[in-house]
Amino acid sequence: MYQIDTLTKTYQQGKRVVHALQDVSLRIDDGELVSIQGPTGGGKSTLLQMLGGLDRPTSGSISLDGTDLAGMNDTDLTRVRAETIGFVFQNFNLIPTLTAQENVETALVPSGVSKEERAARAVAALESVSLGDRADHLPGELSGGQQQRVAIARALVKNPKVLLADEPTGNLDEETRDEIVDLLEGLWKEQGLTLILVTHDSVVARRTPRRLRIAKGQVKDLTA
Amino acid sequence: MFFTYLRRELRNRRKQTVVVAIGLAVAIALVIVVNSVSAGVRDAQASVLESVYGVGTDVTVTQAGEPGAGGPGAFAFGSEDGEASEDGTRSLAQDNLSVARGSASFDVSALETVAALDHVTGVSATLGLQNTSFSGEMPDFEAMQEQMEAGERPEPGTAGGGGAAGGSSFEVNSFDVTGVDPAADAVGPLTTVEVAEGRTLTADDADANVAVLDATYAEQQELAVGDTLTLAGTELEIVGTVTSTTGDGVATASDVYVPLAVAQTLASLDGQVTDLYVSVDSASNVDEVASAIEAALPDASVSTQSDLAEDVTGSLSTASSLVGTLGTWLSIIVLAAAFGLAILFTVSGVNRRTRELGTLKAIGWSRNRVVGQIAGESVAQGLIGGVAGVLLGGLAVAAINLAGITLTGSSGGGAFSFGGGGDVGDRLQQMGGQAPDAGAAGAAAPGGGPFGGGGAVASAVDVVLSAPVSLWIVLAAVGLAVLGGLLAGVVGGRRAARLRPAEALRSLA
Repeated sequence: MYQIDTLTKTYQQGKRVVHALQDVSLRIDDGELVSIQGPTGGGKSTLLQMLGGLDRPTSGSISLDGTDLAGMNDTDLTRVRAETIGFVFQNFNLIPTLTAQENVETALVPSGVSKEERAARAVAALESVSLGDRADHLPGELSGGQQQRVAIARALVKNPKVLLADEPTGNLDEETRDEIVDLLEGLWKEQGLTLILVTHDSVVARRTPRRLRIAKGQVKDLTA
Repeated sequence: MFFTYLRRELRNRRKQTVVVAIGLAVAIALVIVVNSVSAGVRDAQASVLESVYGVGTDVTVTQAGEPGAGGPGAFAFGSEDGEASEDGTRSLAQDNLSVARGSASFDVSALETVAALDHVTGVSATLGLQNTSFSGEMPDFEAMQEQMEAGERPEPGTAGGGGAAGGSSFEVNSFDVTGVDPAADAVGPLTTVEVAEGRTLTADDADANVAVLDATYAEQQELAVGDTLTLAGTELEIVGTVTSTTGDGVATASDVYVPLAVAQTLASLDGQVTDLYVSVDSASNVDEVASAIEAALPDASVSTQSDLAEDVTGSLSTASSLVGTLGTWLSIIVLAAAFGLAILFTVSGVNRRTRELGTLKAIGWSRNRVVGQIAGESVAQGLIGGVAGVLLGGLAVAAINLAGITLTGSSGGGAFSFGGGGDVGDRLQQMGGQAPDAGAAGAAAPGGGPFGGGGAVASAVDVVLSAPVSLWIVLAAVGLAVLGGLLAGVVGGRRAARLRPAEALRSLA
């Protein structure tokens, strides 16, 4: 469960101060499927990075299961990201020189599981996204949709509590978009994880039970 | 995963890997060549020194002579000496056996003094002599004086021509004689000789009138085993000839070797020696022993192998300084350039992989793991460069060795330059013209005046350069390449470590 209180994040861009998030307070329960919409530069990605422990707020607190991420040191934040949070990115962000299976395995490297177990879990994760037969393919040999499936398998292989997806369908055509959203929705239901989607796409947002809108650094719950 | 990722990255960035590896390989090859050639030159210097001072000699002890001392003494001829011909010209011959010019003999008790010092494992003494023989015809100085008194200028003779009254024809020959202790064979000049014919000196020869000749000298003088050699009026039986073990055609340290006691007797230098050859138990104690000898024998000149190496002259010396300065600096510059290249490529690689490395951090890779991955890739590039460099360097060294480069080195502190017939002849001719005192014709060059002279006899040795590639050089070279890779990895890794995943992903979103 996320509990966010008066969260503020400001950036310095040259001489200009950017207020990416302003006094955001929010609660996201375990197992929720939440979409975050908003205009470009409105603070969507910044909020997602705060939720994922990739960045620290300027002020306020953001706690995951009672632990304040803002007060954690780098080592502890890295551990939380390695064990608890899965990421899916708009550009897939796969390692181009590694095969689909090896890409998925990278998520298990920090947890120190054996090589055999790593391989077995990576293959199972790829099968869960219907890419078991593409395990030996390099990202460049896969379509955009397939690459995003590999990225989803990489995010889920460590059985995270939270899955954060930043514009996961932003680079995909409509048909593939629907496939990916179906897949994410299915995994959410199946695994009971907390799924938070940042999206521009209202079609995607409308499929989520809870919709947040963020603009000028302030969040509005559209389903409240 | 570490090695899989590393291998894939190196393969994927093949061009970068090849450029970095080639840069390091060239630098490493250069380091190997410079080190090997340097070692080869050192070996060559050692060969030159061994041919002069013998194997195992760590320290030599000599005593410098007073200016003008030593060398062939005066050749004194009386007016009635020799046989007179019809025109008054007299045929003369005289030998002079003395300590070589520039050096002095000292009491053999110094050997005991040195032998008693700590860390000294062996000492042998030699007596280095020079035999100078004068033979030829001199003008009738009495007749010349009478002519001058009568107001007539004598017709100048022609050096070497002889014949005419007032002219002269003569020959001056010189060869080295070394008195060695036949029983002391562990250290000294005889340790680098092998018998060509006959035998070498043995302990039984201590007081025997026998001699062993340098094979090259024997050939020049058309002397062979069984012949006799006259030294200071004493006939010595030639029992053997020897050649140097340091190379074909290389002259040994002396022309003639005789038992030490015989040399002392013939030169009227009983109980005197000119050189001590000292071996020390460990290279690290050489300087200590040298200092101890200097303290015990204040008048002595003490030289260690490294002092002696500095005295080596000729193309060997040129090669040594070339390798020592130009080679070393070139190696450093190329190595620095290769390191810089490796760092540049690694940093640019990290910059290009910002998203990739940011993603890895986002999914839970620790900073150390990311830095380790970058450093690992750089070290692997260094290793590839190192191995390629060793191969390249090995080939270059093999080519140098196959080329059979011959270096010439001399040692012995100043060449002994004998004035030569013309010079000596001219001087004596002038003396003839000046009508010296008829009663003491000659008295030429007291202390060897007109004879150009230095110290000990120089010994020119040709040595074919053989550059060895030791395991140490190979390991050090590969280590250097890995160090270069590690340096690049540390610089690139630090950049990767500073990368914040949020910024990395944001900048490329």
